[in-house]
Parts: sequence; C-alpha cells; structure tokens
Amino acid sequence: MKAIVWQGTNKVGVETVPDPTLLLPTDAIIKITSTAICGSDLHLLDGVIPSMEKGDILGHEFMGEVVEVGRDVKKLKPGDRVVVPFNIACGVCDPCRRGLFSACDNSNPNHRMAEALYGGVSGGGLFGYSHMYGGYAGGQAQYVRVPFADIGPHKIESDLRDEQVLFLTDIFPTGYQAAENCGIVPGRDVVAVFGAGPVGQFAARSAQMLGAAHVIVVDRVPERLAMAEAAGCQVINYEQDDVLVALREATGGRGPDHVIDAVGMEAHGHGPGALVDTAKQRLKLSFDRITALRWALLSCAKGGTVSLPGVYGGLIDKVPMGAAFAKGLTFKMGQTHTQRHIAPLLSRIEAGEIDPSFVVTHRASLDEAPALYKTFRDKHDGCIKVVLNPWA
Amino acid sequence: MSQDDTQPTPPALSDSASDTPDTHSTGAHMPARERSVVGTVGVALMGAGLRSARPLQKIVLGGVGAGLVALAATGRNPLATALKIRQNKEGEVLVSDAVTVGKPAAELYAVWRDLAGLPRLMTHLERVEVLDAGRSRWTVKAPTGEVSWEADITADEPGQRLAWASVEGAAVPNHGEVLFRAAPGHRGTEVVVRLTYRPPAGTAGAIVARLTGEEPAQQLRDDLMRFKREQELGFAPTTEGQSSGRAPQGGAA
Repeated sequence: MKAIVWQGTNKVGVETVPDPTLLLPTDAIIKITSTAICGSDLHLLDGVIPSMEKGDILGHEFMGEVVEVGRDVKKLKPGDRVVVPFNIACGVCDPCRRGLFSACDNSNPNHRMAEALYGGVSGGGLFGYSHMYGGYAGGQAQYVRVPFADIGPHKIESDLRDEQVLFLTDIFPTGYQAAENCGIVPGRDVVAVFGAGPVGQFAARSAQMLGAAHVIVVDRVPERLAMAEAAGCQVINYEQDDVLVALREATGGRGPDHVIDAVGMEAHGHGPGALVDTAKQRLKLSFDRITALRWALLSCAKGGTVSLPGVYGGLIDKVPMGAAFAKGLTFKMGQTHTQRHIAPLLSRIEAGEIDPSFVVTHRASLDEAPALYKTFRDKHDGCIKVVLNPWA
Repeated sequence: MSQDDTQPTPPALSDSASDTPDTHSTGAHMPARERSVVGTVGVALMGAGLRSARPLQKIVLGGVGAGLVALAATGRNPLATALKIRQNKEGEVLVSDAVTVGKPAAELYAVWRDLAGLPRLMTHLERVEVLDAGRSRWTVKAPTGEVSWEADITADEPGQRLAWASVEGAAVPNHGEVLFRAAPGHRGTEVVVRLTYRPPAGTAGAIVARLTGEEPAQQLRDDLMRFKREQELGFAPTTEGQSSGRAPQGGAA
C-alpha cells in the first residue's frame, strides 16, 4: 500500500510499504477513505518530538471502512464505516473506566520511554506519533491496523460526508475538550483562544456552543483570523496590536475569564523572549517555545482557567508563575479523551449545530501530501486544513 | 473487570512491612573493601603529585588523589548517588517498585505464589523449580551463562505478602518481598515489590549494570507492567510485525 513516511527532520515522503495485518485478536484493519494532516504532525516534521524513527508511518486523523477483524472483536464487522480516535485506549484500566482514555495505562508498549521522560508514568499510545507514544503505525495510508478495535472506532450510520465527521478523530474533540475544561458560565464568561489553526477554530466554536458571552481569537495569519471572524468571534492580530493591551481593552480591564492555548510548543511569537526560545529549541536546550503560554498566563482574568490543548513536550522555563499564582489560575491540559466526546459531538453534527467541514481548505492525494506538509507548515496558500484521499 | 465485589480489607501494612531493614538510604554506601582500595589509590596519587616537578601534574594528580581519599573517607560513591542506586551499609542494593492492578489481592497473590510460573512474569528468569514446601531453585540468564541459587520462603500471608531469601552460599545473595494491598476507591490492588541483592562486583558492578541497562530496577518495572497488562487485558500490546517504511518493500503479507 501507499503511506506517508517520516524520513527524518523536515523530510516526509510517499512510500510503498507492506499492507498491515492483524497482530492481535482484538485488532481490526481499516481501509482508509479520508485522512488529514494535523498541526501536531508539524512537530514531528520539525523534529521537536523525540523518538521518531525513519520509516514510521504518520497520521492520526483518519476514517474508513472495516475490512478485517480479529476473532475477539465483537462490535465491528467488515463493511462498517468508522471514525477512529487518534489516541489508543484499552477500555479496562482504571483511567479508561473513569473516561480518561488518553491516560490509558495499558496501550503503550513502549511505556518505558515515556516513563523516563515524564516522571515514571506513561499515557496511552497514539497513532503515528513517535515511539515514546507507542510507535503505532499511523493512518496517512491506504490501510491501517487499529488495536483495541472494540474501544476506539465509532460507527457512522448516517449519510454525513467524510469531511463532516472526519474531525471527530481529533481536532473537534480536542477543541471541544479545551473549551469544556474552562467551565464556562453561559452568558457571562469571556474566552480568549490563542492560535487560530484548526484546533483553535474548533475551540472557539465550542466555547460559543457552551454559551460563552464573547470569544476572542488571537493569531497573525489573516485568513485564519477571517475564519474565526466569520463564526462571530472578535479577532486580534498580534503582529498589529499589543496582545495584552488589546485583551485588557476588550474585557474592560479584567482579562478573559478563560484562556485556551491552542498553539503549544512551537509558538512563533515575537520579541526577545521568542528569539531566546527558538535558539534554545534549536540547540536542544529546551523542547518548547512558549510565547503563547506566557501570554495566556499574563492575560487571564483572576480566578480564570488556562486550558492547554496545544502540545508541550518537555521542560520549559521563564514561565510567569507568579502571575498565575497571584491571580489564582486553574490549569487544565493534556491529550484529548476522544472516545468520550465522539457520540455527543456526532449528535451535534447530526442536529446541524455545527458542520466541521468549514475548516477544510485543501484536498489532495497521498502523492501530493509531502508538498502540502510544507504548505501547511509555512501557512502558504491560505492553508488551514488538508484532507487526503488515499485512493485518489 | 469485576473488582468491585471482592475487595479484601486492607492488610495491616505496617506490620508486614516493618520488618524490612530500614538501613537503606538513597545514595550509596561503598563496602569497606572498596573504600580501602579507593583510599589507597588516592594516597598513592597524592604522593605522586607531591613528588612531581611539573606544576600542572602536581595540581591534577594531587587534586584527583585528594578527591579519592575524601571519597573513601565518606564512603559514598557520587556516581552511584547520581544514578539513584540505593545501597545499605553492607553494600547490598535495594530495588523497589509498585503497580496498581485492577483485580482482587487474592487472585494476584495466587499468581505470585505459583513460583514455577514466575518466569512468565519475569523474562530474565529462566526457571524456578519447587524443591519442597519452602525451598526452591532459581535460575537466571546471565552474560556468562546460567546462574542459579536456592531460596527459602520466609513469610507467606495469603492475599497479603510473600517474602523469600536466598540460602547461604548463593551466587547473588538476595532477599525480597511482594506486598498486596487494596487500592483506595475500588481500584484493585497495589502490588509492591522490594528486592535486596548483593551485586557481584560491588558498587562498581551496580553502576555498570545501571548504565548498560541490564539492571534489576528496570527489569522489575518491565515485569510489573507486563504483569498488570496480562492480568487486566490478558495480553501484551504490541507493534511487532506492523508495516513501516523499514520493512521490505512490497504488497500484502
């Protein structure tokens, strides 16, 4: 089959690789009909997430048709149309039974790598996202092996198009969970979203769905800000305005009640702090560039929530912790517990509350994907979200 | 997982655990023999430094020598301390780890009590032969071939605790215990393993083993996670044999 393969920092390519096979009785094989490039794939492209190996198949946002199931799979059968969460969960461990699927104890075969870096504990495995997160082959391919097939995949029985349900695999639940984590008081709370990429777009719309009085989106890319503005958000271009001043003004000096950092570890930012972050990351002295996080802590209102769907990888410094403490902020963060959001969010799509396909700007084949990785990274050509058809 | 029904009451942990030697401390105590070797080398270097005519040599040799003497005097190996190797005054290494498994203590205890089945949990164990009610023979794979010793069960409290100690003359003298206690909130059972052993080449051997990765602390972690997954899932998650750009080019298997 054809697959998008990581070939080293800043190198992805299309290769012909063996078709996946069932490795365990709880596995299923999915023929992929649609797959997407995620903003977090760019951290892999840039080489800032450790433990990638040449030859790894990328991709964690995919859906398709079940073609084969292991003998212990009970809920799926060949022919079923499914969306597959990007995180892999066993469904039986204590975190899974509490709905904390991305914190699964059992799905990461390489738990030792994550334990070494993250204080002796490992989260669950992820598709196509480094060996530290399990080394599972990803879904930017024609077929994929899906472990724990009774737990993750969710059947789509309505006639919604792929593009309307594909983002249930990651970015819609990720944006939604980020907004849900804020504990928005409907009609009262103002929410600011840093980063108007796909997750930021879904976070902003989710904050609206959850009743935020006002949503402000911060970015520097005009077409991304325009997309947020079209949804009724106020926008701030941080290259044109001083973010902290603009947010104070927009909130009557209080600051946003909750701030969502949908940027994560590769913030562009500007000013001396951003330059120092970039230099340290290049020299491998630091994993993360944290302009967005600093702004989040500095701008958030007293008693507010800083919610982090953006990915962070390691140790960071120059965090304005004093500001966070003085204001009594609450931090909420982490990988998305996708499995628990799919059914309720699918109901919202079916009810017409939201059509997630708004975010798609580029449609392409696998052969065109390596070039589109760079278009997406460089934010050229108005690129916000790329959907790939593996059979085109 | 059916674990809400048969929760044992928490065992009296303090009683069962209190007889573990508390002479262990984080950091490393060099045994007396190592201290005397290090001290002798240090004194020799200091002497060579003082005799040297070249000022740089004087400083370097004298400094290193003085450092080794200080090391021998304190009896603490800074490298072992940095690697978080825990040793007691007798030069024995302590290793412990814990995992919470979503099953009742009695079931988990039964798996550990079946000594002959332990090699399935601990991959570095070649085999355990049960010789009589209390005594067993343990065989491990080592770079030099197989090493085996005999051990006695020293405590057996069904559903709560199992302890053992190697008999006199074992190649790698060791003793240890496994505790089983109810996790709060019906989360199953906390399984705590404590091992104490005398590394074949003293502190230096423990450091080399830690640095080369063939070290009981790491083996224990892997073994406990394998145990948890076998109990909760019935299998180990794997990516062995999956497709990648590293595999031979070609079509379906």
